[in-house]
Amino acid sequence: MSQALHLPAMAAPRPAPTPGYWSMVGRRLRRDPVTVIFCLLMLAIVLSAVCAPLISPFDPYKESVILRLKPFGFRGHWLGTDELGRDILARILYGGQTTLLMGICPVIAACLVGGSLGVLAGYAGGWVGTLIMRTMDVFYAFPSVLLAVAISGAMGGGMLNGMLALALVFVPAMCRVAETATTQVRNLDYVEAARATGAGHLMIVRHHLLGNVMAPVLVYASSLVSVSILLGSGLSFLGLGVRPPIPEWGLMLSTLRQSLYVQPWVCAVPGFAIFITSICFNLVSDGLRSAMDVRLK
Amino acid sequence: MARTILLRLLYALPIGLGVSLVCFMLVYIAPGDPLQTVLPPDANAEMIEIVKRAYGFDKPLPVQFVNWIWRAAHGDFGLSIATRRAVSLEVFGALANTLQLAVFAVPLSFLVGAGLGTAAACTPPGPVGRAMDRLVTGTAVMGVSVPNYWLGLVMVIVFAVELAWLPASGMGNNGSDNFSAFRADDLRYLVLPVFTLAMVPVGIIARTTRAAVLEVRGQDFVTTLRAKGLSEWQVVRHVLKNAAPGMLAVMGLQFGYLMGGSILVEPVFAWPGSGTLLGRAIVNRDVPVLQGAILVLALVFVTTNLVVDLLQAAIDPRVRRG
Amino acid sequence: MRMKHPDRGGPAQPMLIADGLKKHFAIAGGGAVRAVDGVSFAVAKGETIGIVGESGCGKSTLARLLLHLIRPDAGDLVFDGDKVGAPDGIDLGSLRRQAQMVFQDSASSLNPRMPVRDSVGFGPRVLGRTRAQAAAEADDTLRRVGLDPELFGPRYPHELSGGQKQRVNIARALALNPRLVILDEAVSALDKSVEAQVLNLLATLKRQLGLTYVFISHDLAVVQHVSDRVLVMYLGRVAESGPADQVFATPLHPYTRALLASRLSMDPEHRVEAAPITGDPPSPANPPSGCGFRTRCPHAEAVCAEHAPAAPTGQAHDAACHMLRAGSGHSAAHLLGAQAAA
Repeated sequence: MSQALHLPAMAAPRPAPTPGYWSMVGRRLRRDPVTVIFCLLMLAIVLSAVCAPLISPFDPYKESVILRLKPFGFRGHWLGTDELGRDILARILYGGQTTLLMGICPVIAACLVGGSLGVLAGYAGGWVGTLIMRTMDVFYAFPSVLLAVAISGAMGGGMLNGMLALALVFVPAMCRVAETATTQVRNLDYVEAARATGAGHLMIVRHHLLGNVMAPVLVYASSLVSVSILLGSGLSFLGLGVRPPIPEWGLMLSTLRQSLYVQPWVCAVPGFAIFITSICFNLVSDGLRSAMDVRLK
Repeated sequence: MARTILLRLLYALPIGLGVSLVCFMLVYIAPGDPLQTVLPPDANAEMIEIVKRAYGFDKPLPVQFVNWIWRAAHGDFGLSIATRRAVSLEVFGALANTLQLAVFAVPLSFLVGAGLGTAAACTPPGPVGRAMDRLVTGTAVMGVSVPNYWLGLVMVIVFAVELAWLPASGMGNNGSDNFSAFRADDLRYLVLPVFTLAMVPVGIIARTTRAAVLEVRGQDFVTTLRAKGLSEWQVVRHVLKNAAPGMLAVMGLQFGYLMGGSILVEPVFAWPGSGTLLGRAIVNRDVPVLQGAILVLALVFVTTNLVVDLLQAAIDPRVRRG
Repeated sequence: MRMKHPDRGGPAQPMLIADGLKKHFAIAGGGAVRAVDGVSFAVAKGETIGIVGESGCGKSTLARLLLHLIRPDAGDLVFDGDKVGAPDGIDLGSLRRQAQMVFQDSASSLNPRMPVRDSVGFGPRVLGRTRAQAAAEADDTLRRVGLDPELFGPRYPHELSGGQKQRVNIARALALNPRLVILDEAVSALDKSVEAQVLNLLATLKRQLGLTYVFISHDLAVVQHVSDRVLVMYLGRVAESGPADQVFATPLHPYTRALLASRLSMDPEHRVEAAPITGDPPSPANPPSGCGFRTRCPHAEAVCAEHAPAAPTGQAHDAACHMLRAGSGHSAAHLLGAQAAA
């Protein structure tokens, strides 16, 4: 029965109970001003995109022959108008929805597919693992932009094809991250101890591997979002992503380009939006990586 | 060492084959019949059959693949549907134009980046040192976050539209075939595209260089060198030699970036390189050009990585174990 | 509340019999590392058998073979009368529930992202308990090893000292209520004072729960302290076995003699000066023919290279040495015959 054994005093005096891993991550994040600022900025961007219908001053699709290519602040058009007379601020706000979608969805898809493949390859090892990883290597051999353009171009463009192409571009990298993490953990003592308790493969993966694999996958995924935003709007810039008249930042940049000499800085606005959003996601992801590093104390 | 070379080459071969397979299959994931792009819309069944046999579409896929690879290995990529010229001519011509940019952009980004990184790493700690570190980190983050095609546009706006110092687009006044970098007049067309392409990797190279140099500097053998009485400049040379392999790897990566980046940046400047060619081929659904261009570009990338790997193995004995 | 496994064979039946266990690991380029090369012994119920030897002698591989974490290339395991893996014997799942292992305290012996309570409770969860039940059993076991579950349950491994982590390791093994516990270098990484505490804990638990221990270590003093019987291993084979006090007082095998003689002495009267064993141990991938120890043995003769001496069997004190085998051809062996005759 449960009578406490009276053993000589433990080395350390009784310290206060310490919080768990995720609260430590949260605490570290809160103390990092750069990350916090840009996280707030990022949330502001996301929020403004989501609430676009509520806060947009004009209809993003409403064209006007007389109001074409007007400069900043002209008659309430804070960011000017585009080559078809549509309000740019409105199109930026609505465009945020599309751009962010093209940024986040492919990454999520790649996480799920690539992550599962990587865990499978790392845990099973043998010929299954080799087959998966060599296939990934072939796709990894392409420069990402080239592959994205090639796949999306071959499939005929469009938003869905663009997201599919991007997801395919990210799967190999995500798979590698997951496989490396899984192989590192697979041979550790505590996994062996788990096997010694008679646990089945699924239980071991769920309880011991997934936790350790999810962290690097999440960190990598967060850094991929900004790349996905850049690539996605790049595809639209080339005419391969979203099709007009849907507002999307890369597409806007492409159509406004012809009017560069008329209103140069108005034409640069969508790209600026891409730039800022990308910086936010990058810095937040960097901050997240530092906060999640178990080794830093 | 020879063993390492052999192993790396052997490894690159199946990758090359896989890459070719993917390029070949790209056409077949496209919606619609690949034949449609070649045939006039009113073709009758007989014509369809003839064209099918002429292009080899009637044979099973693996046979088509082998035929395609065989011809490609001999430099025959077929004819462009849009221009009726040999695809190989178009692709290699465009590639040459892109290389003109790369030849300037890669050293520029590398020198500026490595210089910045080394300077930041070698500055003594203090306010100046911190400012340098912030500069390097800031440049790196901005470089990774900026859409390069937008950067090109901004360059055009600033230097061509507002200041009118440099031309906005094109490759020289005399046509791309007569372009020569040695003529000052033509050189002006190079400046903006090269600068745009070089700016993005600068940040990453600077950050990696700084990290590598810092790490090497912190090692014991550097203290030994100083104790032996070497001047700071000589110590820096030794440090750079040790940091070189890591930096080489990054440079290799940046070359790949450059190839991808050219796809997005060249259209901004109407530079007739592989990027513009690819874009045009996609719009025209010019399948032979698409296949040829993608294959060549991908294989160039694979080869560059191989060369970088081998160079690393040559410089860093620790990598050699194959 | 806790399931007690039935004692099937009674106290006379050995808890575990290892019969001719062999494990060879193939190495790239041909050849094999003979990690375990024909090991047989029996573990009686309630005893502590110590297995001792230098690094590379195959102790850890043997430990994993005993739990079937690695499959033997040859040989059998019999657990309380039931052959492991045989259709009429005991299956792996049941074996795992009755025999457990305590690993060496290393940086990776516990999952760094799991609190202690979950690590210890994982075993019961495998057996099908609910979260709450598993947590309760984990708390129970933590108390047994002297850790307050309120305090240590939610802790993470990096917040524990070496001794505390090792107690958690022991708790993890005990959570399944095993009858046999294999301790693979369980105290090797601990400071001496902590080691003493953990050894005391192990002794107490053995008494309270009626456990059988297989104690594997390279530390002779510890093995002498805890074991009832001792097995000395060299290059994957058993060199000597017998009751602990006999083996340590009068070692028979030249290797054991050398090992014991090389222990540092605290007695200024008996300083240990020269190293008794010369040379490096041979590689287990390329062991010497015949007796594995002959390259370093001061008594080696031609017969030692020809064939390996028979391994010790049974409970009596015996060693695998030609000098002890009458009629082996070794010059010292005829003395035995003379003694027996005399």
